[in-house]
Amino acid sequence: MATTKGDERLRMSRRSFLKGMGVGAATSTALATGLVKPRAGKAAVPPLVEGLSYVPVELKINGRRYALTIEARRTLADVLRTELNLTGTKIGCDRAECGACTVIVDGRAMYGCSLLAVNVQGREIETIEGLAKNGRLHPLQEAFIEYDAYQCGFCTPGQILAGKAFLDKKKSPTLAEVKQALSGNICRCGAYHHIFEAVLAAAKKL
Amino acid sequence: MPTPLAVVGTSVVKVDAAEKVSGRSRYFDDVPHRDALVGKVLWSRQPHARLVNIERSRALRVPGVKAIVIGADLPDGLMGPFIKDEPILAKGVTRFVGEPLALVAACSDEAAAEALQLIEVEYEELPAVFTAEDALRPGAPLLHPDLASYVKIYEAVQEGNVCSHTTFAEGDLDAGFAEADEVFEDTFTTQRVHQTYLERSGAVVEVDAGGRLVVWSNTQSVHLTQIRIAEALLIPQSKIHVINSRVGGGFGGRMEPTVQPMAAALALKCGKKVKLYLSRDEEFTFGKPRHSSRIDIKTGVKRDGRLTAKQVRLIYNTGAYADDGPGIAGFGAMMARGPYNIPHVRIDAYCVYTNLPKSGAFRGFGNPQATFASESQLDLIAERLRLDPIELRLRNAVQTGDTALGGQRYTSVGLRRCFEQAAARAGWRRVSASSSPTKRRGMGVAAMHHISGLLSAGAFVKINEDGTVGLVAGAVDIGQGCETVLTQIAAEELGVPMSDIHYAAIDSDTAPFNWGTAGSRTTFTVGNAVRLAAGDARRQLLALAAKTLEVSPDDLETVDRTVRVKGSPQRALSYRDLGAISHWVSGGPILAKGSFIVDGPGFDPKRAVLRGFPFGPLTAYIFGVHVVEVEVDVETGEVKVLKAAAAHDVGRAINPTVVEGQIEGGFAQGLGYALFEELCTEGGQTLNPSFIDYKIPSILDVPEEMTAIIVEEEDPHGPFGAKGVGEPGLVATAAAIANAVSHALGVRLRDLPLTPERVLAALEAKQGTLSPPRAP
Repeated sequence: MATTKGDERLRMSRRSFLKGMGVGAATSTALATGLVKPRAGKAAVPPLVEGLSYVPVELKINGRRYALTIEARRTLADVLRTELNLTGTKIGCDRAECGACTVIVDGRAMYGCSLLAVNVQGREIETIEGLAKNGRLHPLQEAFIEYDAYQCGFCTPGQILAGKAFLDKKKSPTLAEVKQALSGNICRCGAYHHIFEAVLAAAKKL
Repeated sequence: MPTPLAVVGTSVVKVDAAEKVSGRSRYFDDVPHRDALVGKVLWSRQPHARLVNIERSRALRVPGVKAIVIGADLPDGLMGPFIKDEPILAKGVTRFVGEPLALVAACSDEAAAEALQLIEVEYEELPAVFTAEDALRPGAPLLHPDLASYVKIYEAVQEGNVCSHTTFAEGDLDAGFAEADEVFEDTFTTQRVHQTYLERSGAVVEVDAGGRLVVWSNTQSVHLTQIRIAEALLIPQSKIHVINSRVGGGFGGRMEPTVQPMAAALALKCGKKVKLYLSRDEEFTFGKPRHSSRIDIKTGVKRDGRLTAKQVRLIYNTGAYADDGPGIAGFGAMMARGPYNIPHVRIDAYCVYTNLPKSGAFRGFGNPQATFASESQLDLIAERLRLDPIELRLRNAVQTGDTALGGQRYTSVGLRRCFEQAAARAGWRRVSASSSPTKRRGMGVAAMHHISGLLSAGAFVKINEDGTVGLVAGAVDIGQGCETVLTQIAAEELGVPMSDIHYAAIDSDTAPFNWGTAGSRTTFTVGNAVRLAAGDARRQLLALAAKTLEVSPDDLETVDRTVRVKGSPQRALSYRDLGAISHWVSGGPILAKGSFIVDGPGFDPKRAVLRGFPFGPLTAYIFGVHVVEVEVDVETGEVKVLKAAAAHDVGRAINPTVVEGQIEGGFAQGLGYALFEELCTEGGQTLNPSFIDYKIPSILDVPEEMTAIIVEEEDPHGPFGAKGVGEPGLVATAAAIANAVSHALGVRLRDLPLTPERVLAALEAKQGTLSPPRAP
């Protein structure tokens, strides 16, 4: 199993987290071996969260494999941001309503806030950080710049990924198809006209 | 004629483009603070109640809980931009559902959440009022019995639950109505709508080694955040350092602080770094939506369409605390005449306390309400007089040199051009064919005015050792592109390429004061400060070159980042040379500054009565006209906007593409305001705190045929003639859509939003019954 350098840090932070929680001293070895049921520590009251289950997870993100040990309940968006520092994936509502957390999973645009990381193991995950190749922006990113298709930029990674997943499958789309494909991503700045112009322009280049 | 400009007026790519499309921008939650405790808020469940006791002993025993703060722990400071009426945490009494009562700092989310559940609050219910109408009744429960004793920054006119009453009056109202051939009296209402910036609000606060509060946050104004924390916690501003992240939208909602004072109180209590980050439903319930309003208008008009008199009463429901309400009501009053010459006018605006969550600034600052009402009524007038709605407006439209309400002069008015261009682009006509027997089409127009110059801003420019430039201004880019626009202004003035300039990240220790990114004022107001600073830097470069080359500054010229002697171009010093000379040899590092304030000419007391207005002079008027075509389904009541043309006089457009984006984005928000957005409450409880229940426009809702038209009526006082455009894109939209719907249906809707229920009810009222559905 490929273990990145970051994992050491992650285990450390996991340990300090547990200590902070007052749920007892779990060892890093135990964490690394899989399911751990934290034991009650010295505290007089019972642990706050019973039966936290930690699982080893292997994720394939932007073509790179990451081995982690995380709580089973954690979402992909959360894990990307806090464990892997891939903060381009934004969380606007954390309940599948806004689309800021959109990532691509096996070619489909999906809400990262509503996928459990454990459930996307073995699948190809693309985030905004993986779009540029060899230091060159993806044509859709370039089109977003050319057409000024963002304002505050917070929804932008999600918009771009929704657009990319769509354009990967659909050549020469119509405006109506583009709008449908992006209808799950809200932009409060209302840059919609520039966004669909950018997607249509990129479609011509891809 | 101005000389042709190098950078100003061109649609250069925004300076933050690459970082934003690559996901590398660091918003609030993208900067890790792994050492921070988790902060959480206990929100009031009562709209109005005495707080008998808040018991936290059980909650404090939860492992991992480090501190719990309640109102009684805090100093007696109250905060607010116009009226200091708001504590960080309710003290003694709670005034709305969702008011912060207690704060918890803990090692984990779970511990903090558990502690919140164990805090016991004993309430003694008090009578509550939710509508302004109820709050204004004699004997209504008073939200703030101590109102008179609060600190105000202006001469506020207050009574009962009215925290601010602004009056503008000119001419002789009775004479004006007597002169009229027809008098119209109408009432309009608007709803509460939320900013719903996509990035939630948060703050990390730490007490540093020197005892100062360091605040990392996402705000529209680091300076207002600094000031409010200082006044609430009774500590000097110098002890507070506010550092901004990138900001994922604001739209006014982040002008005044959000969670920063709470996080500061918590950090002071526990002596550790604390992070407070709102959830989406907390944003909806604690946030500061646009004020709901009731607007009564009486307008007198001659048969030929000339407006003779106008009386308006605007009532803004500000919720439990004033926040920006007095400014919003006052500005709504100032805008309520509309961009029309009317000799006899009286406007009264009331900002009223109720037990709803507090309202605040949201794109337009009181003007969307006033404009919806005024522009709706103008269509009623046009209809009765059998005049084309555009013709009626043009007969009264202001021009350069005319006088605005209150006696200030309009220095640049592109209103007529806005009408002409929007009408032409949208294909203005009064007869519309419908696409199906159950659908009706209609066109509507609405105009607006606004201001772009108010209050103050400063800017620094420094010339680095290698001749590149640091630009330090206090204007936060919340998505409208001001980093780019201000960099363009500095580049133009200094004669350097934009790539030579770095727009500094903003924190309150280094950035000169700026009121905030709001009020459509950044390009005009901060732009003027930036231009002054860049001009100062240029003069200092010339002076240093003159001294070094031993010539008079008058004998020098600047060409392509080089200062040279006129007539002998070989005697020259590049900006790079001058940067090095200033740092190592002579003169000292070049530090330049610009300070700007809109301080006159002000209102004319001889012409107008002006009472309870919380601003000084406001200037650089901007204008806009929206023309829309809608299709209304008479079976379902659904309204679809098919086409829109929005023409805006923005002064010189520093970056035309960015201006178009502002117009289109404003229109999209205005469409939501017109058709479906509404923050609903029952008993003061917010009912729809989610994007599922609170709909905002998606890409499917905006019209495909949307044209943003830039009208450039340069203002003599603007930087390179520029004015502004941030808010106007939204201001006229709801009225234009309402006018189009009324045109389509032949019946007037006076209440926002224009929901299918309201459309069908209006049709029913008109026809007595709905037309039976046709057989297929």
